[in-house]
Amino acid sequence: MAVKVYGIPLSTATRNAMATLYEKGVEFELVTVNMKEGAHKRPEHLKLNPFGKVPVYQDEDVTLFESRAINRYISTKYEGQGTPLFGKTPSEKALVEQWIEVEGQNYYPAMSPLNYQLFFKKMFSGEGPDEAIVATNVQKLNAVLDIYEARLAESKYLAGDFFSLADLSHYAQTEYFMKHSGKSDLITSRPHVASWWEDISNRSSWQKTITYGSS
Amino acid sequence: MTITIHGSPKSTCTGRVLLTLYEKEVQDFELVEIDLSKGEHKSPEFLKHQPFGQIPYVVKGELELYESRAIARSVAEWFPNQGTSLYGTTAHEKALVEQWLEVEAQNYNPPISTIVFHLVFAPMFGLTADEAVVAAQTAKLESVLDIYEKRLSETKYLAGDFFSLADLSHITYSFYLIKIAQKGAIYDSRPHVKAWIDSLFARPSTQKWLKLAGFAQ
Repeated sequence: MAVKVYGIPLSTATRNAMATLYEKGVEFELVTVNMKEGAHKRPEHLKLNPFGKVPVYQDEDVTLFESRAINRYISTKYEGQGTPLFGKTPSEKALVEQWIEVEGQNYYPAMSPLNYQLFFKKMFSGEGPDEAIVATNVQKLNAVLDIYEARLAESKYLAGDFFSLADLSHYAQTEYFMKHSGKSDLITSRPHVASWWEDISNRSSWQKTITYGSS
Repeated sequence: MTITIHGSPKSTCTGRVLLTLYEKEVQDFELVEIDLSKGEHKSPEFLKHQPFGQIPYVVKGELELYESRAIARSVAEWFPNQGTSLYGTTAHEKALVEQWLEVEAQNYNPPISTIVFHLVFAPMFGLTADEAVVAAQTAKLESVLDIYEKRLSETKYLAGDFFSLADLSHITYSFYLIKIAQKGAIYDSRPHVKAWIDSLFARPSTQKWLKLAGFAQ
């Protein structure tokens, strides 16, 4: 049974899962969930993910949701092929886990509300941004990015001098932030963060992900 | 090799790490207390180790690590053959543990940590709780608990019929909300959730943490 990813090509979390599969050289089928029509909130999808979100990953052994869990699973299952996404030693793996958590607990909570307020909200509801939420999260994100700038001045990637699942976890939110938030200067004004983003976003896994479906 | 934890026994995230060490029956660790009330976690010296100014961080030989869930995962990996198996016994089970650990991190933790901040920590700093925020986050937490109620009617624990790191990750904040803030009604009204959380609080490792933190009942 082939690997299936239930989601849509524009979904941030779906994209991160696709990028992981590309990094590991695993073929998959993207099964479109008609989110515009609310399919993700109906029983058929809720059976796969009771939280009504995408992506859902399915292979012959397991059905999984939560993209960070999916990506860890893929990285482990396909350890022997493609890019090693957890480093090479137990200590490197620990640092990868640390920076995946930093993304999930510090970077994402600041950036995703900005992407929502400045881009997705208008697309879904026609409403403009809540400026108070924008201001709060710009402040938070600036503080986080200062830490990233210092870190990336010491090492080429987040967990060390090797690309890992930690860097990958930043793909989808950062892509939207750079292209659609109007606040990309938060990244571009920080030379090490900017060159890190330039490097990782040009990996073929990310390029394949964002051009998925185009000929 | 001694693992040194820099944190505070009462802290929810330090607690997460302590619970993991207890479950894995790790003896060789020590806790260096960071005095939050003195702002020690924001001192330049501390920020060299944990740049986000948060506790805990751990030191194991040359490795320094922070983010309690990353530390907990690493402890489970460093001590695979002793104590409780925190990832189940098969690759399939491990995948489900990771799923529910991410559910905790991304769905349960945001509302519960906000509510606990407003109801327990804000008053300690002389701040007033924002009732509207507490109400909104409680509604969110209840939707999550509805999903947990259904899941836990099918399996004894979140990842399956075995206790795992996914369940463990819920213990410390849940204790703060239910026992310290006294807001357990939303758990009591959901019988499978109630039985689950009661069983987590009854675990010897939880009792050990409560004793160390000075919360023993």
